[in-house]
Amino acid sequence: MYRIVENRMIVPNIHLLTIEAPFVAREARAGQFVILRAEERGERIPMSLSDWDPRAGTITISVMNIGSTTNALASLPAGEAIPTVAGPLGNPTEIDNFGTVLCVGGCYGIGSIFPIARALKEKGNRVAVLLEARSSYLFYWRERYEQLADRMFYVTRDGTLGLRGHLGRLPEIVRSLEEPVARIIINGCTFALRTGSEASRPLGIPTVVALNPIMIDGTGMCGVCRVTVGSTTKFACVHGPDFDGHQVDWEELLQRRKAYMPEEIVPMRSSRCHGHCHEAR
Amino acid sequence: MPKQPPEIRRRNFLEVALGYPPETAIEEASRCIQCPNANCVPGCPVEIDIPGFIRCIAAGDFARGLRVLKDKSRLPAICGRVCPQEEQCEKTCSLAKKGAPVAIGRLERFLADWEATQTDLELPEIPPPTGKKVAVVGGGPAGLTVAGDLVMLGHRVTIFEALHKMGGVLVYGIPEFRLPKAIVEREVNYLVRLGVEVVTDFVVGKTRTIDSLLEEYDALFVGTGAGLPWFMGIPGENLNGVYSANEYLTRMNLMAGFMFPEGRTPIKRHKRVAVLGGGNVAMDCARTALRLGAETRIIYRRSRQEMPARLEEIENAEEEGVIFEFLTLPTRYIGNGNGWVKEIECLKMELGEPDASGRRRPIPIKGSETIYPVDAVVCAIGNSPNPLIAATTPGLKTGNKGNIVVDEATGKTSKPRVWAGGDVATGAATVIMAMGAGRRAARSIHEFLCSGKPEDW
Repeated sequence: MYRIVENRMIVPNIHLLTIEAPFVAREARAGQFVILRAEERGERIPMSLSDWDPRAGTITISVMNIGSTTNALASLPAGEAIPTVAGPLGNPTEIDNFGTVLCVGGCYGIGSIFPIARALKEKGNRVAVLLEARSSYLFYWRERYEQLADRMFYVTRDGTLGLRGHLGRLPEIVRSLEEPVARIIINGCTFALRTGSEASRPLGIPTVVALNPIMIDGTGMCGVCRVTVGSTTKFACVHGPDFDGHQVDWEELLQRRKAYMPEEIVPMRSSRCHGHCHEAR
Repeated sequence: MPKQPPEIRRRNFLEVALGYPPETAIEEASRCIQCPNANCVPGCPVEIDIPGFIRCIAAGDFARGLRVLKDKSRLPAICGRVCPQEEQCEKTCSLAKKGAPVAIGRLERFLADWEATQTDLELPEIPPPTGKKVAVVGGGPAGLTVAGDLVMLGHRVTIFEALHKMGGVLVYGIPEFRLPKAIVEREVNYLVRLGVEVVTDFVVGKTRTIDSLLEEYDALFVGTGAGLPWFMGIPGENLNGVYSANEYLTRMNLMAGFMFPEGRTPIKRHKRVAVLGGGNVAMDCARTALRLGAETRIIYRRSRQEMPARLEEIENAEEEGVIFEFLTLPTRYIGNGNGWVKEIECLKMELGEPDASGRRRPIPIKGSETIYPVDAVVCAIGNSPNPLIAATTPGLKTGNKGNIVVDEATGKTSKPRVWAGGDVATGAATVIMAMGAGRRAARSIHEFLCSGKPEDW
């Protein structure tokens, strides 16, 4: 069992969970994920790592409360334990001295892009960070980023902070930087990944996206996470999760992610009451 | 052996074969003529003293029979159910020449099931600790055998399993109606009582590498199975509703999908399912789909005669109402315009000259395109070994199919202090073959731990 050390709703609907998982914490690298179960009969879902502490033996994940498992996770108080945390899985994000890198994060990706930005900075890159949300009140970890990043950008749907709109405005941000951008790395929901990739395609800047398809085992065994990249089928869990955003078949990925949408509603409605009306912590 | 009638069992997930009552077991055991040079024993990959345990059953001494059985077989309740006895011990039984062989597998199962009803069975005596530590990677049939054998010799054994439950293919692959999961749990618990340490959620190659484990353990066995699913490589394969057998079975078995929404892993209630392939896994998928209420077809490119599945499983599937389309080759999946599979197009085949496998090669018949309406397709055409360990372990030699290269007699790999066996070495095979490989590796590991030096590798 893996004990929850801290569970805090950091902005509406997004929870930061710190969990004891010493083996994962010891090996984790930026861009990797874990597979976890929230309860004994629960499904296995992938969660990107937002941080980890090898000495404390803990990992931190940023959870958007959206389905039955994330809902169960969100309602777990510190001190309780979950039955499975397996990892770190997937390949780490490629970290090298590229020059200037633009790191882009939206929703849970605001958490998971952080260790990537940190690792790039440690490698000597100039790191620009772009965070995306519907509104300014949905940003978290702003201080962490302001300390780390060489340049900081925001884009909000309602224009309450930074540029108004979505990742389609990426080219303006790239142009506003005085030096050329060597690479763009995007973490977040599939729509953000696609919008960002489409926006960067005309710029000809290599764009890395961390894909988030449905997974079960996370070790290459079941193949449910298959995605078409270029013209070949890849398993996101073992070949990814990072891929070239300009090569991903986005239509297919979005369709595959929606496969269990109707069924997801059933466990939401049949799960325990306090699972729905938990209080913010 | 009594079975649930097809019209009942096709609607439930309870075990199909019900097992012998004691009287029947004694009667069946009494048929054994106790050959002096028993032909059945060499037919058994783990060399069980078959006439020995059968003699005990015939005499009504089940406890002694069980000891004889367990002396060689770590997992009798499982082997009694899923071993292809008709190709092993029962094939070489002397009675087989004249009529029906002794039902060795059913008798094995009988003893193991009898044990489960007893509460006062003693654990075998274990020799004093040797102080040696062995890591076993993978909690499937090969790993469980190695662990059981070595713990019984006084070594300290830890099994590392990637999934959240022990058992490998026994829990994620083989369905409840063929191998109840409570039985696997019982066998694993027995090993734990013997002193085997079990670590789940531990993905060797990711959570820790083999090299890192070797710093802590004196020897290491890799039994990670054949977990990388094959697909047909035909258009439309990534449509929703197209599953690998691994995904389909894992959802149903390991994640208890057949109990959805009680088990939280979502499944679809499909109406028409096509299963591609002709092996035991294909039968398992088809019979699972059927139980969930789907009209189910098996699509196989050769004829019934060439099907690799056990005859018993083919017959079970036929009785339950699975439709078989023989000599049929899928050529593409057709979508419904909304990302879901709607039809599968196939070509009819005819049999030509024998191929490398000795079976007649199926040849497509031009213009024979046939379309079957489906809302799900399960691809059960095989698996190869998972590359995770090979990719993260320098010095571990692999073959062209991703299999770990081993010395067949000992299970030794190219890397000092590392053994491997089961599907990861052979490619997809049977539970008992994996156990046989585990047994041989355990013997070699024990010899090494008692006397060997890594530099002799």
